[in-house]
Amino acid sequence: MSAMISINNVSKWYGDFQVLTDCTTGVKKGEVVVVCGPSGSGKSTLIKCVNALEPFQKGEIIVDGIAVGDPKTDLPKLRSRVGMVFQHFELFPHLSITENLAIAQVKVLGRSQDEAREKGLKLLDRVGLKAHAHKFPGQLSGGQQQRVAIARALAMDPIAMLFDEPTSALDPEMINEVLDVMTELAQEGMTMMCVTHEMGFARRVAHRVIFMDQGAIVEDCDKDAFFGDINARSERARQFLSKILQH
Amino acid sequence: MALDFSQIIPALPGLADGMLLTLKLLVMAVGGGVVLGTLLALARLSDNLLLSRLAKWYVNYFRSIPLLLVISWFYLVVPMVLSWITGDLTPVGAFTSCLVAFVMFEAAYFSEIVRAGIQSISRGQINAAYALGMTYSQAMRLVILPQAFRKMMPLLLQQSIILFQDTSLVYAVGLMDFLNTARSKGDVVGLPHEFLLFAGAVYFVISFGASQWVKRLQKRFAV
Repeated sequence: MSAMISINNVSKWYGDFQVLTDCTTGVKKGEVVVVCGPSGSGKSTLIKCVNALEPFQKGEIIVDGIAVGDPKTDLPKLRSRVGMVFQHFELFPHLSITENLAIAQVKVLGRSQDEAREKGLKLLDRVGLKAHAHKFPGQLSGGQQQRVAIARALAMDPIAMLFDEPTSALDPEMINEVLDVMTELAQEGMTMMCVTHEMGFARRVAHRVIFMDQGAIVEDCDKDAFFGDINARSERARQFLSKILQH
Repeated sequence: MALDFSQIIPALPGLADGMLLTLKLLVMAVGGGVVLGTLLALARLSDNLLLSRLAKWYVNYFRSIPLLLVISWFYLVVPMVLSWITGDLTPVGAFTSCLVAFVMFEAAYFSEIVRAGIQSISRGQINAAYALGMTYSQAMRLVILPQAFRKMMPLLLQQSIILFQDTSLVYAVGLMDFLNTARSKGDVVGLPHEFLLFAGAVYFVISFGASQWVKRLQKRFAV
């Protein structure tokens, strides 16, 4: 498997404060990587660096052979090929669900309205929300909005998907409907990088788990190793896991 | 002294022409002012320091001088600038010079409203637009500005009502708007008090009515 996303020695500062320190990792084609760690550990920042929503000052990130940090890179084009799902869904509230799904297909990829609508409806059906196509985001529950957001990203036919804490703004009873969609995606072979606290999802679906603390990657290993041999893990990762796995 | 309003009736067609000019000036000034104001707001919010500073200076400058001064200036300046460009003296007329003055002046006020509107939209929305591959201009046009304008609509309309009253300042350059027409018609028939009272009533009814309508709209948009 070739590396779809490779992150090499990436460091980032906000002024004097270093938020990322020499992060090196990667995601292979078809691989599902879960990034976890305490809040403030830099995991969301790292995933936002992958599609250049956050700039970084040192190191390089290569997505499908294209250097993200290169000033000559056509960022809109690169981003259009990488799907992203946000913590707060970020559906466009002034557009209907159908329009939310179609707008970037039409304006960015140049598809026709009909083609975009049809594709949107197909994906909406896939996440179980076809009946809601005419509604506006404000009329849907959090879990439904997040499923629409996943469909919106998929409508662009992405080569990889980035998930930035997709379930942490959701009520507990809605978490599973979103995780189910993500699990299905993973099983179909989508390349995924997911920042999440859902260790059950990581255990079931991930190939690899990355643990971050204070802006650095502390652990980067196979899922089985990460959950299997807890004594081989770093002190910090053990503390984190013991806190999060008790519940 | 007894008031005699009977002479207003034969003057109504002329007054209607004056109101038409007032409304035409208002609509064009609001349109132009919002467009220029939006560009100023985008410049003000841009990462380009020079652009941002220029927009800030523009806004601060136009908010620090009286509108009447701007109107008088443009009446004299616009024809002069045009004569520099075209080489010969082209009369532009009071209407065009007033329109330019209103657009440039009101843009300063509209830009502050638009800026607040853009800033009220969460950072996550523009990130989502970018993540879908949109350029800055697409993200603004398709995602941020439509939401911002919806939020700002009551404020923009309120500012337009103020502008509606301010259009009466065009009397300074002799433009026959509603107020100026009323004044001159009143003078001609020797009944200035009646005509001015009538004009005041018309301004009040329109401004107050529009204001109430905006308040209702505000409640609906607040949901």
